[in-house]
Amino acid sequence: MCTGRVDLELVLQAFSRGADGVFIGGCRLNECNYTTGGNYDALNMALLCRRLMEHIGLNPERLRIEFMSSGEGIRFAEVMNDFGKKIRELGPIGEGEGLDAAELETDLIQIIRLIPYIKLMKNDKLATRLQNPAEYDKLFTREEIEELFSELVSYYIDPKLCQACGICARKCPVEAIAGGRNLVHIIDQAKCIKCETCFKSCPARFAAIRKIVSEPVPLPIPEDARIIVREGAR
Amino acid sequence: MEYCPVKYPDTFNQEISNNKAIHIYFSQAIPLVTYIDESCLYLKDKKCGICKAVCENNAIDFTQTPKKVEINVGAIILAPGLEPFDPSLRNEYGYGRLQNVITSMDYERLLCATGPYEGEIRRASDKKHPHKIAWIQCVGSRQVIPGGNSYCSSVCCTYAQKQVILTKEHDANAECTIFHNDVRAYGKDFERYYERTANLPGVRFIRSYVSLGREIPETKNVTIRYSTLDEGVKEEEFDTVVLSVGLNPPDDVKELAGKLGIELNEHGFCKINPVNPMETTRPGVFVSGAFQGPMDIPESVYTASGASSQCGELLDYRRGKMSKTRKYPAEKDVSKEEPRVGVFVCNCGANIGRVVDVPSAVDYALTLPNVVFAKSQLFSCASNCAEEITDLAKEKGLNRVVIAACSPRTLEPLFRDTLREAGINPYYLDMANIREHCSWVHAKEHEEATQKAKEIIAMSVARAGHLEALQEFDLPVNKAALVVGGGLAGMTCALSIAEQGHQVHLVEKNKDLGGMARRIHYTLEGQDVQVYLHDLITKVNQHPLINIYTEAAITETTGYVGNFVTTLKSERGVTEIRHGATVIATGAEEHKPSEYLYGQNDRVLTNLELEEKITAREDSLVNAKSLVMIQCVGCRNEDRNYCARICCSQSVKNALKLKEINPDRDIYIIFRDMRTYGFKEDYYREAASQEVKFIRYEPENKPQVTAVEEGGRQFLRITVPDDILGKMMAIDADFLALAAAVIPSPGNTEVASLFRVTLTPDNFFKEAHAKLKPVEFATDGVYLCGTAHYPKHIPETISQAYAAASRALTLLSHDTVTASGSVCGVDEQKCIACGACIKACTYGAIEFQVVKGDKKATVNPVLCKGCGLCNSKCPTGAISLKHFTNEGLLSQIEAAFPEREMVKK
Repeated sequence: MCTGRVDLELVLQAFSRGADGVFIGGCRLNECNYTTGGNYDALNMALLCRRLMEHIGLNPERLRIEFMSSGEGIRFAEVMNDFGKKIRELGPIGEGEGLDAAELETDLIQIIRLIPYIKLMKNDKLATRLQNPAEYDKLFTREEIEELFSELVSYYIDPKLCQACGICARKCPVEAIAGGRNLVHIIDQAKCIKCETCFKSCPARFAAIRKIVSEPVPLPIPEDARIIVREGAR
Repeated sequence: MEYCPVKYPDTFNQEISNNKAIHIYFSQAIPLVTYIDESCLYLKDKKCGICKAVCENNAIDFTQTPKKVEINVGAIILAPGLEPFDPSLRNEYGYGRLQNVITSMDYERLLCATGPYEGEIRRASDKKHPHKIAWIQCVGSRQVIPGGNSYCSSVCCTYAQKQVILTKEHDANAECTIFHNDVRAYGKDFERYYERTANLPGVRFIRSYVSLGREIPETKNVTIRYSTLDEGVKEEEFDTVVLSVGLNPPDDVKELAGKLGIELNEHGFCKINPVNPMETTRPGVFVSGAFQGPMDIPESVYTASGASSQCGELLDYRRGKMSKTRKYPAEKDVSKEEPRVGVFVCNCGANIGRVVDVPSAVDYALTLPNVVFAKSQLFSCASNCAEEITDLAKEKGLNRVVIAACSPRTLEPLFRDTLREAGINPYYLDMANIREHCSWVHAKEHEEATQKAKEIIAMSVARAGHLEALQEFDLPVNKAALVVGGGLAGMTCALSIAEQGHQVHLVEKNKDLGGMARRIHYTLEGQDVQVYLHDLITKVNQHPLINIYTEAAITETTGYVGNFVTTLKSERGVTEIRHGATVIATGAEEHKPSEYLYGQNDRVLTNLELEEKITAREDSLVNAKSLVMIQCVGCRNEDRNYCARICCSQSVKNALKLKEINPDRDIYIIFRDMRTYGFKEDYYREAASQEVKFIRYEPENKPQVTAVEEGGRQFLRITVPDDILGKMMAIDADFLALAAAVIPSPGNTEVASLFRVTLTPDNFFKEAHAKLKPVEFATDGVYLCGTAHYPKHIPETISQAYAAASRALTLLSHDTVTASGSVCGVDEQKCIACGACIKACTYGAIEFQVVKGDKKATVNPVLCKGCGLCNSKCPTGAISLKHFTNEGLLSQIEAAFPEREMVKK
């Protein structure tokens, strides 16, 4: 596997498990072993991850990415010693930043759950190739990360409009939609990854799925109210 | 080794540190086994024998003697290497007399992590770290004096630069001074490397002959006397002086030559065929590497491959006759079983065991979930231990194996094979690297290292539980090759492949074969290029297995290693070619200068234009009284930051030819560094002795050229600062020849994208590894040779062309290629057809297909190279890289931090 295979989730899970620092080492830029330039993807992921860390109050320096060749043993040793030193200075994760442990955990859990959404929103930027280190800081801005969370999207099935056709439930990649014959479909918000698949697949003549931006999602209707009574059936 | 009482100077470490009579030759030796040498007390006097008493495996046998073995062979390749020049033969450097004067070989060992002081640079006199270090270049090279070598050793300029860079990495404040003559950074990317070295703080390059001064009695420091144009003669003190020693022919070379019936050249290296450097004077005996003459690693590697291709031409009818096919037991399906992990912890001799408490790691492994068996081994990679793994895996019913040993980079294939021997799918193996990642880096922290080793093992065991059986697949290999480019490189390569029984499609964009060589008439060494070229073209034209397409343009190429399909348009119309291998030999071009009045005045020529005029014996040139050549035109500058390698020799070649025609003619070569490396140095000296004048210029003070008409005569006036005289010098010349750079072909970008290979920043093709894989691309099944790779001389092009043929043959001679099972797969239920994976995949391995009415991503496993970029882009986790799944990797993280729970999404 390539450094570009390192998933945002792997890094954030390591932090959520209590890692004080995460190091990613890749081939030198423009000297990709796979010739795909995947190390640029790794760089972009790390830049995004550092912004996400900042967003929840973690010191982004806890994540470091460096590019070197297998011939640079001494440089590797220097970098690792330096990173070790840095992490010792920063102290244990959360504690060093003066964060409440429970709060940090909740925040990390929330971000990890939102990874699919974050990827969907940022995939174009994650695939860019930054040639100049001066551009690193601008790839993902603080404001855009704020926006990502403040304008969080949710999907909701309007019980009055749902005709239980089952298309959305069948297409949902994470099985977050409770379906059933003649039953109003309901999105389990805890499972939903906000991929929009249901929204796009709901037939236009029903248009039962609503996109809700930065507002609370209405509570699902009670189980016994889900039965759809069709006019023709009377 | 621990018990052996005999200590004597370790020859591998240049006798700086000691070794034992029983020892491993060096830490990367193959095979990595101990042996006893002549210093053994038992072998000498039948005393001691301690090692035999302590060896638990009864592996020591004092009765072994050398055996004479007779082998019948059809061809021989000589690769005896070289011998570093021994400066103790020459008193002037004080080597052997002054403790802090050492050779570059000594210094190389000091720099090495497995060297005498484990990578610490210490001087002999006081074991302190030297701070102020001087390198003296050309020791034993470029010297026509008794005991010296007249040739240039080709590698010392760059190895000294490497040593400076490494020194600065050891000690950022070190002061490094290189005393040099010409800096010969003629190799690929060497100019940049030279620049990088020169720009380091505290590094000085001083162009001066030097003499060794004296040793300061108190400090044992050494002084060097040198002179510069600005400051005159100076004497300066250094903590250590490194002699950049040159390369000599191997010892005992005369005896070897006598036994084999081959001739040597005047320098004692192998006498070779100038147009086929792998050929000795005896048919069937080939030569590779520095026995041909001083050369760097890539040249050694490609002459080695080149020699093997020529053996292939002789012995192709016997190819594969001695190979044996392995028979493996049937693979058990254990996918439904609970994981039963066996852990084998390797001591790696003492490499791991000396640092990590291996027995305690074994005990710990037994406490881990799913582990049913654990054991330590001395060398897990040794054949007896590998057998033990196979046997125990069967006996204990293991279905996953963790080897806690070294990096998977080298030995994973071996251990995968070990699993197959036990009827277990090879992908059920995981290696816990407790050597490179642990014992080697924490040599002094035994307890912490043991703890870390345990954690690494725990992580590995956790991952093992998530491994799945994967199937490697055999892809058929199309036996034909496509060679792109019909110059010397392409033709030589095509012919060698065809001579080994494979069909070759040779594609040339021009009307005729020959490429750049059509414009070269003679070589520095005196060969007639056109005669050789004509002969080669005839052979290629007549070869029944070579199809030639001229005036051809490739429009499309698809497929993968062993199965490419290329479409081209040529004078024969549109053709679709199926081929297993591709060779890129598209050549290079001559730079068209935009300075020195080129294009404005007919008296200003490029080197190639001059050569054409010389060959045609044009009157104006034959009668010319004075001719100037300017070197480094269009390269070694900001736009093209490389040395075009051949131009210095080309100019010397033309100068000698002109002198041959008319010895009284004045010839001036205005140069920056004369880079006549290797035996070409002799011709440089010859030119100087024939009174060709060499004048050095600095890039910031380039020569100026004006067209002059005086008294009815038209000529050129070239003014150049003369450093030695300290004033401007004006030369009136009838002709000016510009050593115009060899530049990459503008078509390279297109060829690169067609064949999915990469280019360097200078737009030459980028090989898979600058040193070790000089004719391969990172893209499987595509090979490289000739000036498309980098400017090079004709013999070098021919060597590399044979090398590319050899590498292509390695592929084409097999009926199948095995593709890794670690490729990506799609869980269609999870795919939302967002297309992120398709965008991420540069191999074109992923496409949308309609599955039950929905668009879904699908992976062509043949094209997938297992990088996993798509995996980390996929928002829903629908596409995943097998063998490196999120579940497996997360389980490792979980095992590394066992305290808290993993967030379940």
